This record gives sequence, C-alpha cells and structure tokens, in this order.
Amino acid sequence: MRVRILVSFKDSVLDPQGQTVKNALHTMGYGAVSEVRQGKVFELDLEGTTRKEAEALVPEIARRVLANPIIEKFDWEILKGR
Amino acid sequence: MKFGVVQFPGSNCDHDTFHVLSEVMKRPTVWLWHKDHDLRGVDCVVLPGGFSYGDYLRSGAIARFSPLMQEVKAFARRGGRVLGICNGFQILLELGLLPGAMLRNKDLKFLCQHVHVRIENDKTDFTRAGRKGQVLRIPIAHFDGNYYAPPRVLREIERRRQVVFRYCDANGRVTDAANVNGSLNAIAGIRNEAGNVLGLMPHPERASERILGSLDGRTVFASLIASLERARPARRAAAPRRKARHDR
Repeated sequence: MRVRILVSFKDSVLDPQGQTVKNALHTMGYGAVSEVRQGKVFELDLEGTTRKEAEALVPEIARRVLANPIIEKFDWEILKGR
Repeated sequence: MKFGVVQFPGSNCDHDTFHVLSEVMKRPTVWLWHKDHDLRGVDCVVLPGGFSYGDYLRSGAIARFSPLMQEVKAFARRGGRVLGICNGFQILLELGLLPGAMLRNKDLKFLCQHVHVRIENDKTDFTRAGRKGQVLRIPIAHFDGNYYAPPRVLREIERRRQVVFRYCDANGRVTDAANVNGSLNAIAGIRNEAGNVLGLMPHPERASERILGSLDGRTVFASLIASLERARPARRAAAPRRKARHDR
C-alpha cells in the first residue's frame, strides 16, 4: 500500500515561506491568490498492512516523527493498494 | 566536575565548545558519541551547535532518536544539567525536554551576527554568575531560531520565569528591531520547569575568549561550574537532611 502524508503549518502559526510565495505571486500579477501555505509531502510504501492497520499506523508515524504537533498538522490518503 | 560534549553527524561547534570547556574554563571534558549508550559519568551534558543529520525533516528532529539522547533524556529527568546551544536547543525542543518549537527566522535569512541578550533570571544554574538585567554580547548563527509556543504554553513559561535570555539592544531594551529572528516575546533562551535544562540560540562558546571579541559567553559556563561545584549543597538544601547524609 502506498500512502501520502501532507504536513503543513497549523492555521494559528505564521508561515513566512508561504507569505513570501504569496508576495511573489502578487508581484507577478496573480492578485486572486489571497493565501499560500507551504508544506511537506511524504510518500510511504507499507508492506503487508491492511487498511485498518494503516489507519492506526500512519497517524502515529505522522504525529511522532513527520510532523511537530506543536506547530504542524497533517492529512493523509491512500494512493494505491487497499 | 566533568562536562560531556555530544557529537552527532553534522555537529560543527563541537570542537569550539570542547575547547572552551577544557582549555578556557579548565574543567575535565569528554566526548560523547551519539551512538553510545554511556554518559561516561559526566555532571553536565552539552549539546553543541551545528546541523545534526543535515537538518533533515526539521532542525533537531532526527538527532532526538539517537541512542545517546535516550540516556540524556533519562539523565535530565533525574535532575542532571543539560545545556543545548543553537542546534542543541532545537534538539531539546524536539525531544520534549523544553517547551515550544522553532520556526524559520522571520525574514527567511540565515542570521550570523553578534546580538545582545538580557539575563531575565539570574537565579538559575546557567546564569548565577551574572545578574538580572545584565546585557551579554554573543553571536548567533541560525536559520530556525524563531521561537514559538502556543499562547497558553507561552503564558506558563513566563509565569514560571522559565525565560532566561531575551534579545535586546545594547542598552538592554527589548525592541522589535533587536528581536532579529522574530521570536515570540523575544525569547533567546529558556529553561525547563525543574531548572536543570537550558536551551539558547546564541553561541556562548564563540564569546569566551578575548581574541573573539567578547567574554560574555563565559557567564553561562561559569554559572554551571558554580552550580555544580560550590553551590551544590545549596541546591540540595530543600531535600530531607537525613537522606542527603546517606547519599554521601
């Protein structure tokens, strides 16, 4: 099974890199962009893992390692396999 | 007393720190390797600056899983003194020994310059050789030094006087301009609730010899030495007396 985990800053935390990207987009004329949040993407291959197991395992890995829960949140999805 | 300096792949202030502790402060100092499980009987563990594990994932995020850091965690829980400088501070945050987290500097620049920090609390094991309000001139060199903690945690840190250093100008005034990395409440260094663990972004080991332009960094090391040598009985005074006698 392959899963994708998206880690980004919590809404309450300032994201200076996202702001800089937004400013650049405005400079280029993309005035419609009102907010940019930058994050990280991880793709994990899990072997012999059922969907149910993944539902426990992936959030655990995300909380303990991939994201720093003080400043970051995460979302995840299954890309292939079941 | 004996210092131990931890080496991770990517540490780059380890030799400077070792030099200052052993040659300038003249105390026995040993290397501690990140893969070992043994703290070699040290009284104080120093996590030096650098880029442990290349700052992969997040600054300090991988170093916290090393075998030695599990020992350091247990050592800190027993009351052992732990000093984290720059990347060492980031590791202590990731390890959960200190509250909060580091964000990228507000202007997205790597900052390498002398700054001023003010001693906010001189009743700590890391500042007792200084005095409250004293301004120290010490260099910083970091990309992720923008201290963040959720509002409730920040209030608790302030209430418990855990803020040990704040960025300030040469006159000791805390201003937005002096808070170069954008840290909340201009925090440059904090200790844990028990008071035995300190993390700070400035590099005291780069300000401990005249040839480097400042001696102010020595305050931190001299305080630790005073805490662990002369002042040891004072710190333990709160413990039941009989028990203290049995310990000896």
